[in-house]
Amino acid sequence: MVSASGTSFFKGMLLGSISWVLITMFGQIHIRHGGQTPDHEHHHLRPPNRNDFLNTSEMTPMELSKGIRVFCIIFGESEDESYWVVLKETWTKHCDKTELYDTKNDNLFNIESNDKWVQMRTTYKYVFEKYGNNYNWFFLALPTTFAVIENLKYLLFTRNASQPFYLGHTVISGDLEYVTVEGGIVLSRESMKRLNRLLHNSENCTDQSVIWRLSEDKQLAICLKYAGVHAENAEDYEGRDVFNTKPIAQLIEEALSNNPQQVVASCLSDMAITFNGLTPQKMEVMMYGLYRLRAFGHYFNDTLVFLPPVGSEND
Amino acid sequence: MSEIHFREMASKSWLNILIFLCGSAIGFLLCSQLFSILLGEQGDTQPNVLHNDPHARHSDDNGENHLEGQMNFNADSNQHKDENTDIAENLYQKVKILCWVMTGPQNLEKKAKHVKATWAQRCNKVLFMSSEENKDFPAVGLKTKEGRDQLYWKTIKAFQYVHEHYLEDADWFLKADDDTYVILDNLRWLLAKYDPKEPIYFGRRFKPYVKQGYMSGGAGYVLSKEALKRFVDAFKTDKCTHTSSIEDLALGKCMEIINVQAGDSRDTTGKETFHPFVPEHHLIKGYLPRTFWYWNYNYYPPIEGPGCCSDLAVSFHYVDSTTMYELEYLVYHLRPYGYLYRYQPTLPENILKEISQTNKNEDTKVKLGNP
Repeated sequence: MVSASGTSFFKGMLLGSISWVLITMFGQIHIRHGGQTPDHEHHHLRPPNRNDFLNTSEMTPMELSKGIRVFCIIFGESEDESYWVVLKETWTKHCDKTELYDTKNDNLFNIESNDKWVQMRTTYKYVFEKYGNNYNWFFLALPTTFAVIENLKYLLFTRNASQPFYLGHTVISGDLEYVTVEGGIVLSRESMKRLNRLLHNSENCTDQSVIWRLSEDKQLAICLKYAGVHAENAEDYEGRDVFNTKPIAQLIEEALSNNPQQVVASCLSDMAITFNGLTPQKMEVMMYGLYRLRAFGHYFNDTLVFLPPVGSEND
Repeated sequence: MSEIHFREMASKSWLNILIFLCGSAIGFLLCSQLFSILLGEQGDTQPNVLHNDPHARHSDDNGENHLEGQMNFNADSNQHKDENTDIAENLYQKVKILCWVMTGPQNLEKKAKHVKATWAQRCNKVLFMSSEENKDFPAVGLKTKEGRDQLYWKTIKAFQYVHEHYLEDADWFLKADDDTYVILDNLRWLLAKYDPKEPIYFGRRFKPYVKQGYMSGGAGYVLSKEALKRFVDAFKTDKCTHTSSIEDLALGKCMEIINVQAGDSRDTTGKETFHPFVPEHHLIKGYLPRTFWYWNYNYYPPIEGPGCCSDLAVSFHYVDSTTMYELEYLVYHLRPYGYLYRYQPTLPENILKEISQTNKNEDTKVKLGNP
């Protein structure tokens, strides 16, 4: 009798597995067919062309530059308290306004939850309600990220913030293309508006996790998708990512260890916007390397002009 | 009896069916779990699936400290369309610098290779000095031994070699290590104000032991043509000693004996340009402990924090292979678009006139001008 029930158990398992395979296969085919629509194509966003410049040439470089206002949100937790001080003292000085939100020691909203997605949407809602009219671009980054705001402004200055833009370093997971928070998330005013509209109804954009918890950046993508806002991967003229999720040293080491016998063309962009995974010390070094250290005798004919922050010693 | 048997059989088959259903449910769940785990991992580490992706995939393998490949930053000339390098190019013609890099057979592939791939290309002439000749690299064989105690002897022989073969090819002669990163454009800016016929040399000035100070070996130092002539002559005439275990100090003592002036290499705001360490060690307050020798050695008041280092820094030392490329990237490639740097150094009027004269006289220069 035991052997009989044993065999029926295994027969059952076999049938279960086979039926799962069949169901999944049919499911995939269905998704693939659906995936041929333009919505599922990978989106890129590149810096402006010369032609775009010519359209804006009635304004002076100073006027053009002042027209793009970026609001920076530093969002996340860190064991090292010195991050928050260093962030204030380094690159965020180049944002038009910055709000630092330590999700571990929530001092801004006093939300009960430790759920990152709850914290993120509360932050976005708060920022839009308070600052939505005064800024046209909203940039969210982790405390370990270093961002070059001038290059972000260069990427965006010919774009209309009344259009729904959602940019950064995108990743494709299944049929969802989302901007990974590690590279920094950029939203135009229109995207913030649509997001905020959805979030006003607390039933919208709730936790979409089924079995495993979905990360907050994925949740954001799902929510934005519902509002008709799609992720785009930001690149330079050569197609190199400008939002990086790793520090410079790591990117260099990876590129070189992949091609030991060859000379590799650089994968780092001249107009890179973010690097992630920096220590507070490395942020100070980046300030020097970016805003001060340079080679004499090299000049640039740029369409925008940005001045150093007032009273800054490390620029 | 057949009834009982029948009932037994019935219950058995119900049991069997139950077990069968259990099995199928478990099989179903197991498969989906397994697949989701695999897919989940892939989903998180999957790189961008760009249709027109020109750049290489980055693997997650960090590799060891020893960098195998080389990176060519200058294959991206398209990114530099907006860059005007006229003044840099004029200075290249006007202030000719020969660089010689102190290295050894074991370090050609490990260190010197990355120097060759980055800053060495901007020297008017570069030589790699080793104890043994290497025709492939190429490296000059000084016919010495290797080791810290040989450094001064190698230095003397290297300068003698340069004097014998390349004296007329340059105005200034730079010595650097294979872990020094040098920004040649900034060195030219520094030297443009001086006459190579003067007996003078520049570097990171240290104060002990030598009245006029001496230059740190690792941070690199550069001799005028006249200084080189006097140095080589000093050994022929035994004015200077041939042996020492401390290369930079011995050279500094010799310089003083032969009346070669120790120059002030600081920029117009008084910030140091030659650095004995990487930027991080100078920029971070408290990185170098107060008891460290450095604080007592510096000729000028040593500064930590942002005031440590000139915008037009010339050199950094103890630079590992990765940091070579990182510095190359930060100095020559990554820049904040449209940014008006706070420190706006220029060249003196007379020199600007001189070098634009040089520009007019040359037709064969390739201009990376404005489109």
